Formats: sequence, structure tokens, C-alpha cells
Amino acid sequence: MNFIDAHLLSLILFIPSIAGLILLFLPSGEHRLIRWFAFGASLIPFVLSLIVWFRFDASQPGFQFEEVYVWYEAIGSSLHLGVDGLSLTMVLLTTLLTPLAILASFTIHDRVKAYMILFLFLETGMLGVFLALDLLIFFVFWEVGLVPMYFLINQWGSANRNYASLKFLIYTMGGSLGLLLAVQLLGVRFGTFDLLDLYTQWNALDPAEPWLGMSVGTVKTIAFWAFVIAFAIKVPVWPFHTWLPDAHTEAPTAGSMLLAGVLLKLGAYGFLRLILPLYPNEAQIFAGALALLATSAIVFGALASYAQTDFKRLVAYSSVNHMGFVVLGIAAAALAAGTPDATIALNGAILQMFNHGLSAAGMFFLVGVIYDRTHTRDLEKYGGLFPLVPVYGGILIFTSMASLGLPGLNGFISEFLVVRGSWPILTIYTAISMLGLLFTGAYILKGIKKVLHGPLNEHWAVQRGEHRLAEINTREILVMVPLMALIVWIGIWPAWILDVINKAVVMLF
Amino acid sequence: MFTSTAIASILPEILILLVGMLLLIVEPFWKEEQRRNAGWLTAGGLLLAMIISLLFGQPGEPVTTLGGMVRFDWLGFFFKLLFMFAGAATALLLMDNEKVGDRGEAYLLLLASLIGMNLMAASSDLIMLYLAIETTSIPLYVLSGFMLADEKSTEAGFKYLLFGALTSAVMLYGFSLLFGFAGTTNLYQLVDLFNTGALSPFVAFGVLALILVGLGFKASVVPLHFWAPDVYEGAPTPVAGFLSTASKAAGFAVLVRLFFVLFPEPQLDLAHDWAMTLAVISAITMTVGNLLALPQTNIKRLIAFSSVSHAGYALIGVVALTRLGAASVVFYLAAYIATNLLAFGIVMAFSRVTGLEDLKDYAGMSRRSPWLGLMMLSAFLSLAGMPPFAGFVAKVFVFAAGIQAGYIWLVIVAILNSIIGVYYYLNALKYVYLYRMPDQDEENHPVPMTRPYAIALVVLTIGVILIGTIFAPWFSWSDAAALNLF
Amino acid sequence: MKFPVLSVITFTPIVAAVLILLIPVHRRNETRAVALAAAVFALILSCWVYFGYDQATGGYQFIERYNWLPALGISLYFGVDGISAPLVLLTGVVMFTGVLISWGDDHPHVMAGIQDRPREFFAFLFILAWGVFGVFVSLDLFMLFFFYEIAVFPMYLLIVIWGWAVTREYAAMKLTLYLFVGSVIALVGVLAMYWVQYQNTGLLSFDMLAMESAGFSKTFQDIWFLPVFLGFAVLAGIWPFHNWSPDGHVAAPTAVSMFHAGVLMKLGAFAALRVGIMLLPQGAQTWQWLIMFIAAVAVVYGAYIAFVQVDFKYMVGFSSVSHMGLVILGFSTLNRQGLLGAGLQMFSHGVMTALFFAVVGMIYDRAHTRQIPELGGMSKIMPFATVGFIIGGLVSMGMPLFSGFVAEFPIFMGVWNEQWLVAIIASISIVITAAYILRNIRQVFFGDLPEKYEGHLTDVTVLDKVAIATLCLFMIVIGLFPNFMVPMVEEGVKNVLRLLQGGA
Repeated sequence: MNFIDAHLLSLILFIPSIAGLILLFLPSGEHRLIRWFAFGASLIPFVLSLIVWFRFDASQPGFQFEEVYVWYEAIGSSLHLGVDGLSLTMVLLTTLLTPLAILASFTIHDRVKAYMILFLFLETGMLGVFLALDLLIFFVFWEVGLVPMYFLINQWGSANRNYASLKFLIYTMGGSLGLLLAVQLLGVRFGTFDLLDLYTQWNALDPAEPWLGMSVGTVKTIAFWAFVIAFAIKVPVWPFHTWLPDAHTEAPTAGSMLLAGVLLKLGAYGFLRLILPLYPNEAQIFAGALALLATSAIVFGALASYAQTDFKRLVAYSSVNHMGFVVLGIAAAALAAGTPDATIALNGAILQMFNHGLSAAGMFFLVGVIYDRTHTRDLEKYGGLFPLVPVYGGILIFTSMASLGLPGLNGFISEFLVVRGSWPILTIYTAISMLGLLFTGAYILKGIKKVLHGPLNEHWAVQRGEHRLAEINTREILVMVPLMALIVWIGIWPAWILDVINKAVVMLF
Repeated sequence: MFTSTAIASILPEILILLVGMLLLIVEPFWKEEQRRNAGWLTAGGLLLAMIISLLFGQPGEPVTTLGGMVRFDWLGFFFKLLFMFAGAATALLLMDNEKVGDRGEAYLLLLASLIGMNLMAASSDLIMLYLAIETTSIPLYVLSGFMLADEKSTEAGFKYLLFGALTSAVMLYGFSLLFGFAGTTNLYQLVDLFNTGALSPFVAFGVLALILVGLGFKASVVPLHFWAPDVYEGAPTPVAGFLSTASKAAGFAVLVRLFFVLFPEPQLDLAHDWAMTLAVISAITMTVGNLLALPQTNIKRLIAFSSVSHAGYALIGVVALTRLGAASVVFYLAAYIATNLLAFGIVMAFSRVTGLEDLKDYAGMSRRSPWLGLMMLSAFLSLAGMPPFAGFVAKVFVFAAGIQAGYIWLVIVAILNSIIGVYYYLNALKYVYLYRMPDQDEENHPVPMTRPYAIALVVLTIGVILIGTIFAPWFSWSDAAALNLF
Repeated sequence: MKFPVLSVITFTPIVAAVLILLIPVHRRNETRAVALAAAVFALILSCWVYFGYDQATGGYQFIERYNWLPALGISLYFGVDGISAPLVLLTGVVMFTGVLISWGDDHPHVMAGIQDRPREFFAFLFILAWGVFGVFVSLDLFMLFFFYEIAVFPMYLLIVIWGWAVTREYAAMKLTLYLFVGSVIALVGVLAMYWVQYQNTGLLSFDMLAMESAGFSKTFQDIWFLPVFLGFAVLAGIWPFHNWSPDGHVAAPTAVSMFHAGVLMKLGAFAALRVGIMLLPQGAQTWQWLIMFIAAVAVVYGAYIAFVQVDFKYMVGFSSVSHMGLVILGFSTLNRQGLLGAGLQMFSHGVMTALFFAVVGMIYDRAHTRQIPELGGMSKIMPFATVGFIIGGLVSMGMPLFSGFVAEFPIFMGVWNEQWLVAIIASISIVITAAYILRNIRQVFFGDLPEKYEGHLTDVTVLDKVAIATLCLFMIVIGLFPNFMVPMVEEGVKNVLRLLQGGA
């Protein structure tokens, strides 16, 4: 047990990959075995992260469970892992969603082994970003996560998958090019990539000092934008969001769950973990611009979502809308760092990340469920399905309400916090965002109406005693239950998670 | 007069003479079909002569013997060994040559010319030198035109004779002028004439130019090269091989001795002018040789022109006028003799079976006879200057000498030329390895080799590789030879 | 007495080549077996060299010295440092996999490997390997050059005899002439160095370690650095002298492409470093800007040209130009990170591109076309090779956790230190590379299998799989554990830096 205690984080990080490697040697015909093995393997990190969650001492400053291993000494990079309240929340989200996504992909029949292996690798990639306390390691996992996702979309996606996957990859890689260069810049300057060192050294630089033919201040500004663009693409912030509807729509259901549930959070996490601590001044200066983008994302995301006729695209655009609140909270926090309002906004942003992870994953899963049965995502081809699939309908409405921000469910809490925190700081932007919330309600209700209510589309009607549309099955309900439970729990009693987040926020900023 | 040193100094010549006499005695007793055995006798005799010379005739400190006629030093000795080796190989290659191999005279003429060459390499007196050159040339004139029934052979013999006679007459004129100015015919006493300023530079230059005509003819440097391709093509192939290697090397042997002895101090104006002149000749020779080799379709003509260019490379070492320069020339010639003989030997072995000499006839050769193909590969890559064959090391040494002496431009010209060379040598190998016979049935057209060919070619191939890899002993001999010039 | 591992490893291929030539023509399987045995032996020895190298001690190890021609100071002087030891290992790996890939079979239904005259093929291939090993382990400039030339001429024959019938004559001649020109130009520089050393120190020697302290004047170095460096770098496929390289790659048979791109191009880069930069450090500093410019152009231009290719093999060929450009770019930084990255990139690109060419060859052997638009769905036929190619592709894209990232990252860091603008420009290549690699993976391996191939294509052989797995192994191990190779290369880089700082 000592070994496990001492290596909790690295175990969480690497167990999925090790399981993936073991999968490699299982017979590829044994689909059941492979599925259950993958599912079981993905539960281990979840259990371990629960252990970490409970052992985590929120009142202690700094990072906990730190581990340092030699990785690339020559350029000053080491495998430095550690969690604080912020990253722990994200780790929990990831380890929770991955088993659910695997459970959701039991319907995959084509090349199951390769699929599961990629999924497990993907989990390692995502966890690595959240756990890294080394800038280069952060970047490494940031990039590595792309590859399994690319192949998941490219190989198991729907019709337009080639276009979507390439767009996804090129957008993200193109975005991270600037990040790569900026990371190198820091590494070259300080000879180390350790975040804790960089926080202090980077901020201690004299802005007037000449560097690369410019002043440090200018270089910092450029590097700031390199970081921002990379993360903004990933979040995605309007106008860098165009890859998202394509990728989400074409990805297989479980892929969409993780894309929306976790991968988008990577970008937001980057803002919190790197940009705010490394560039407090620049962030403050450019917070207005960021807020503008966030507001645009909220409003245009909602409008675009409303305009969709494809159910999955509708949900995809809703992510743009919801992630806009995260960025708005971050912008507010950047502008007024240290004030109580900023703390509230930031709390809201982080909680919104977690909440959106739950609800978006749920929504995508539910879209997948209906798609599996109807083989269409066209909203016009549904209609009045509630009587046919009452349980599914109930779950869909419940999850949609969480997404909409109904009080009593989790979405309300986080959005309220963001708005509350931002209002005194960025009044106008927040006000406009509130208008955006209106549209949010509109498109979600539109979605529900088109699918569940209205006149029954005769195509799905019971004909000759035969149900054309099967009800949601037990496995699928099993996927949804943990999500719904958390949605309610946070909605009713958010303190358990906010406490952790809040302490991290207070200590960090 | 005939001290033991004196005898040792001409020991190889005496031994060759003995071989010749033995041949004269034995040959009449042989039946017609046994006469080709004269080749075994010649080759074996020469080999024995080499061994005996190595055992008993090694030179010590350089001395002049026989009344100042002959210089007994490593330079001469090493060249003598080279000539005898080439002679032995040529004798083997002659054996299965139709209308030549079964006639004892051919071997006798070969031996006679060998004696001449040996003396060329060793002579330290103008008179001796002239005699040696003529002794070398006259048997070769005969050998070139040996196949009387063959028009080309006759033409070759006649052409060679005419140009040879003309150029040696010019050279003789130069010798006589030298004697007139210096009052001596001894090479080593002529030094003062050129280094004290007794002679006006203009005259000195002219005299040497006259002598150079004769030597240049032997070494076939441009513009005295034009006879070479025709003669090589017309003469019996082994003779052509002998002409292009031993005879050329003999010319170089004299050239090296003459220039290094006459110009002990390369800084002098005259020496410098001559070095420059030779440098220009060298550049022109290799360029012309290579450019003319490019379009050739007959393999003998190709080798002929390429051998002109090799004279150009070798000249770089003479131009340098340094110890390394001399050593590198000697080494270059050793490598070149082995390589070019090998090339000619392959051509012979191939055309003996097929009767064909065009490049395109070599298509599929490596499939017809893989080993012959590999030997050809060795020969041509060595000519192209690729390791691990002799040509590479030889070229590097020559270039090193050139650069040491500051003739970087010349080395660059040589490099450009090597590139042309690589092109056409590889092009020839393309026929051997890539192309196929018209009906692709190479298995049914093997190229069998008789024993003398096999022995000669294998020995030469091994030689080419040995010189190219374990080059230390050969170089130290070349260096010892060079040392004697200073 | 210690086992003379370096000379044994150097001469193993040539001995094997002679043995192979002595086997009768029709004993084809015996020929292959001997070739494989020799390759395995060389691989084992190269592993020995790699793992036996003591990083704590550093410097040159496994030193052997035999006088070869004392009069001119030529000796068989072998030794490896942290930069050459990985390259020796690389050569062992590529030799081993190259033999596996070329195994061939006498049954006509198997569509792979070398069918025509395997005896000559393996003999020439091993002569090539002889030269390659020789260059990497030689500490004597003359012998380095000797082996360098040996590595050039078998290429001609290998390409012209077993190459792609359409372009082989043209490509082989072009390649040989380019390389020959480059090498002889470098030779002039080498000889000049030799004589100037003699003038300065009275030492007549080709010993490179001695030459490091020959005291070449700044002017001398400025004049001769470019001919020497660029002369060798021609073999590394440096722009604008890269023209021969894609043609050569395309025309060459699979194993030769592997050797060529995997090892031979490293030969050029290695010699450019060892002779150009290490012996003429001040010249390198003078011309740094030019080399950096050339390399940056090569990186971006090579990637772009690769992007527009429709012939699969040309694409890989041009990608090599781009990646070798990164090696030269790393050299041109003349600092620790850049050189470290360049050393790693040499190894990484070696295995990666060998894998690429192996897979391309396997596809061509089956589909008889390399036109990317005509291919598709290969993953259904050869899943193993597909995975291999994808891993190679990720390395090529510089994806983290694969060797390419470990190598490229320090190169870019090094460039940052010298000229940040170049780093930014060169980094464009990363996106272009990702685009063409992914496009090709998608087009060739996924998508629909063209109808004409359905039913009669076979999966790759077991030997092919072993080869692919071996190559992938190194790419992943280095990516996950950079310390597998980094400290060793760093050890070698220290020595270069010492020379660059003028220390003797």
C-alpha cells in the first residue's frame, strides 16, 4: 500500500495507458472481454482519484501529492505531478466521465480493441494535462491527447468524419504552435520548465529589460497571446470555435462526451493554470478583449444553436455558449484579481467547467441514444416521441434543464456565481451575457419541443403492434445515473465541491 | 668496372635476358600447339626474376654505376619491379590471344622491351636514356603490328612507329643541345646548368620542351596523345594493355627523374615556370582525355582515352615537385598499372569468347559471368577513384601533393575531371550490371575463362584491392623511391 | 586485451559480403541466411557499443588504433563518442531491418523483397554498411573519408540494378555525381587542413583529435569551413543541394531507401559536424547565419514540397529533406540544446524514415503503384504496417512522447537562443508536416480499398513485422524515456561545445 500511497497521481495517470497496452495482447475477437476490461481498467483511476479527493486537504496551500520523476534532464524538464483544488476537480471529472464514456461505447462493434485502446490512451492524455506541474509535460499531454481523439473521430465517426477530424487536429495543432514556441521561449530563458519556478521567475523579470531585440514587456505580451490563442481555440472562444460543431457532430457518441466533457476544459484549465499566474498584468490589460470574446461566444453560441436543425450540432453549439461563461468568469477575475468579486467569478467559472462536463456529456450521450435508434439527427424527423419513450424523455428533459440553468440543478449555481462575480467588474458584458442566457433557454426548449413534444412523427409510431423506437436500456440508464445524481447534488448542496475550489482560488490568486 | 654493385644494379635486366635466352633455346623444340607455353615460361621467369632481384638486387644508398650510365636506387628498382609485374601479367594475357599467343617471338619482343623500360627507369645518362627508350620502343612497334593479316593492327604498328620515330628524333635533338650547352651527358651533372643561370631561361625552356616531346609521347599526354586510341584499338589487346601501362609508366619514370633531378629547388623561377607548364599540360591532358572518353562506344577506345586522362592526374605529383609529389606519382602509377591491366585483361577475356568490343555488347555480362562482372567492377571503380580500390588512395595522395604545393586550382580541375570519369565508368558498369542481352538468356551464354586469364585477372584484382586497402607497404616503397630524388 | 569491438563491427559487413559472394548463385536461401546472421551479429555488437559506452566517463571510448601508413600519419583509429554511438546503433538497426525487408522469396506469389540476384544485392548492401560503420567510428580523417566514399558507390549499383525501372538510371547517376562532387570538394578542404596542421605544428597526421588543436587561423577557417561543411552536407540532403535525394530515394529498392534515408544522410550530417564544425569551429561561427538560413529554408521548403507530392515515396523523400534540415538547423545553433537535438534527430529520423520507406515498399510491392490518390484502405490488408506507419507519422509530426518531439524540441530551443525569428519560421513546418502525414495516412491506409486490389493482396510477412516492430520500439522508447539516449548525446555535445569555445 505504501507504493500506492506514494504514487497515487502517477498511478491515476498511467493505469489507463498500461491497461491499453495489456489490451493490445488480448484476442481482438473477444469483444465482451475487451469492453469489460477497458471499463474495469478505467474505474481504477476513478477510485484512486476518489481516494485523492478525500485525502486532499483543502486548507493547505500549494500543491499536494506531488511527485517528481526524471524525464528530460537535458532541457530541464521533469515529470512533476501534483494537484490543487482546481486540478483535482478536473481530474475527478475526467476519471468519472471516462468509464461512463466507455460504458456508452459498448455499442461499438467495429474494431473494438483499437477503439478501447485509443480511449484509454486518451484518458492518460487528458489527465496528464491536469496533473502536470511542468510546462513541457503540460504541453506534451496537451498534444498527445489529440492523437487518440483524431483517430476516434476519423475512424469511428459519422459521414463527414475526415473533414471534421482533420479540421479538429489542424486547428488545435496550429493553435498550439504558438504555445509550443512560447513554451520554448520560457524554457530557453530559464533553463527549467517547472511551473512553480516559472511562476516566480517569469514574473520577477523587469519589463523594461531588453530581450530578443524587444523589451521583456513586449515579448511577454506576444507570448501571452500565443498562450491565449492556443487555449482559446481549445475552449473554444468565439471566433475560434468553428472546428467544434464539426468535430462534435462527427465524433462517435462517447467521443463527443469526452470532447465536450473534458477536452474543452483543457483550454479553460490552461487559462487558469498558466495564463492567470504567468501573465497577471497582461491578462488584466487584455481582460476586456477576452470578455468581449466570451460575451460573443455566449450570445452567438446560443443564437447559432437555436438555428440548428441537427440535434447534435445544437448540443455542440450549446458548448460554445456554456464555455463562454467560463471565459467570462476568467476575464472578470483577470481584470480585478484579488477582489472578492473576482474570487466569486472564478469559483463560478471552475464550477461551470465541472458542471458543463456533466451536462454536456449527458446531452451528447442522450443524442447518441436517440441516434442509435433512429439513425437520424435531424430535428425535423423527430417529434412527439415522449409517449413512445417516456423514460428517455424524462432524462432528456432533466439534463436539458441542468444545461439551461434551472435553479436547483447544478448549472444554475455556477452561472449565477459567474454572473454575480462579473457584474461589478464587467457590468456591460455581463448584462449582454444575461441576454445570451435568454437564448439559451430558447434553444434548449426548442430542442426538447422538436424531439419530444408536438405532433408525433408517424414514422416512429407503433405499427402493427411493433415498436419502431425502443426505450432507453439499462446500460444507458446506468451511464446517466451518476451524471444526474451529481447534477442534483451540486444543485442542492454545492458546498462540498465549492469549498475545494474556493480554497484553491483564494490561494492561487 | 663490373663490381658487385654494378651487377646488382642491372640484375633484373640480366635475369630478363636469361629468360629470353631460355625461351629462344626451348621454343624451337616445342610443337605448334605447345608454343603458347612460352607464356608460362615468360611469366614464371619474370616472377622468378622479381623474386631474385628482391632478394639480391635491392639498392642501398643511391649510387651511379657502369660509368655513370645507370643509377642504382629505389626509384629505378621499384619501377623495374612494376614493369616486370606488368610484363608477367601481359605474358599471361597474351597466351590465349589468337595469332599472337602461340608465337614465341611475341614473348621475346615483350622481354626485349622490358629490358628497355628497366633501363629507362634507371638510366642517369642522356645516351643511356636514349638507347633505353629506343630499346623499349622498337619491339613495341613490332608487337603493335604483330597481326599482319589484320589491317587495323598493321595500321597501329605503322602509326606508332612513325610518331615514335618522329618524337624520339625531336627528343634526341634536345639531348644534343643539352650536351652542347653543358658538355656532359650525365643527368646529375646537368643540374648546375639549370640552377646557376648559365643558360638563358628562354633556351633552357626550349631545350626541355624538346625533350618533353619524346617523354610526353611515351606517357601520352596531350597534345601527344592522339596516337594512343588508334594504336590501342588496333594492336593486339594485351599489347595495348602493356602500352597503356608499363610503357606509359616508363615515360613517367624518366619524367620524374629528369624533373626532380634538374629542379632540386622548386622555388627557382625556371622550376616554377616548368611546374606551371606541366600543371597546364596536366589540366589539359585530363580534361581532353575525359571529354573524349565520354562519347566512346568501343570499350578499348574508352579505356584508351581514360588512360590519357590518368596521365594527367599522375602529372599533378610531378608538378608538386615535392617528396610527397614524387611518392604519389610512383604510387599512382603502381595503382594504375594494376588497374588498367585488369581492365584490359577483362576486355580480352570477354572478346576472346564473344569477339565483341562494343560497350553495348557487355549488356548482361554480370549475369553471364558474375565473377568477371565483379572484376570489371573493381577495375572500373578503381579507375574512377573509389575505395576500397587502388585508384582512390592513389588519387588522394596525388591531390594531397598538389594541395601541399599550393596547386589548389589544379586539384579542383582534377576533381571536376574525376566527376566526368565517374560518370562514364559507372555508365559502362550499367551495361554490365543493369542491361540484359536481347533475349535475356544470359545463362546460356557464359563467358568461360582459360587458366592464364583466370590467374592473371585474379592476381590483378587482388592487387587492386590490396593496394587500395593495405596501402602502407606500397606507399613506403614509393616514398623510398621518392626519397632517392632528393 | 579488450575485444576490439569497433573494428569487428566495421569489418563484419565486408567479411559477410565476401562470404556471400562465395556462395553459389542458386543457393539463394543460404545467401539470405548468411546475410541475416551477419546483420544480427552487427546489431548485437552495435548494441554492445551503445550500452557499453560509459556515460560517466564520456569522451571517446572503445578506442583502437593501428598504424596504417605512419609516413603520412594515417592510422586505423576507431572510437565512439556520445554522438556517434547512437549512430552506430542506428546503423545496426537499419542493417538488420533492411535485411529482413529484403528477404524475398522464391515463390512467385509472395510479393516482397529482393528476388533478382539476392547474392549481389546483399553483398553490395553490406559493402555500403561497411562504409557507414567505418565513418561513424573513424577518428582518423583519412579513414573517415575512405569509408565515406565506400558508402557512396554501392548506392549506384544498388539503385541501378534493383531500383524502380522508370527512373533508376537517371536517379542513380544523379545521386552518385552529387555525392561525389560534395565529397571531393570536402576532400580538398580536408587536405588543406592536413597541410596547414603540418605547417603549424609540424605534425603529419590525419588524427582528428590531434587536429582539434592544430591552431587553424581564423582566415583559414573562414575560407575552408563552407566547402567542407557543405561538401559533406550534400549527403545530408541540404537545400539547395537536396535535389538528388528524393529522386534517389524513389528509385532505390526498399532496403536501400531505408539505408539511404535512414543512415546515409546521417553520414553527411555527421561528417559535416565532425569535420566541419568540430575542426573548424571559428569558421562555423562566421558562417553560422548562412547555415542557419539554408537549414531553415530546407525545413520549410522540404515540408511544403512533400505536402504537394502525389507519389507516396516522393513525399517521404522530401520529408527527409525537411527533417534533415532540422538536423542542420540544430548544428547551426552551435549551442547545447541545438546540437543535442540534432544528435537525437539523427537517430530519430533514421529509424522513422527507415520505417516509412519499409512500409512504402511493402505497399508498392503489393499495389504496384505509389500514387497516393490511387491507393486506399490499406489498413484492411496490412493492419500491422498501418500502425507502424502511424507511429512513424507521429514521430515525423514531432508528436510528444515519440522520439521526434524529444529531438525537435531542443533544436527549436537552440534556435530560440540564437535567432528567434528562425525558430518561428521553421516551426511552420510542423503544421505542414502534420497536414501531409495525416492526409496520407487517411488516403492510403483508410478509406475504401480500390476494387482492383480486393481479394488478391496479402498481409506483410512475419519478417516485415519484426522489422516494423523493431523500428517502432526505438521511436517509442526514446519518446517516453528520453534518458535512454539524451545523456549520451549530451556527452558528445559537451565535446563539440568545448571546441566551439576555443578550448583545446
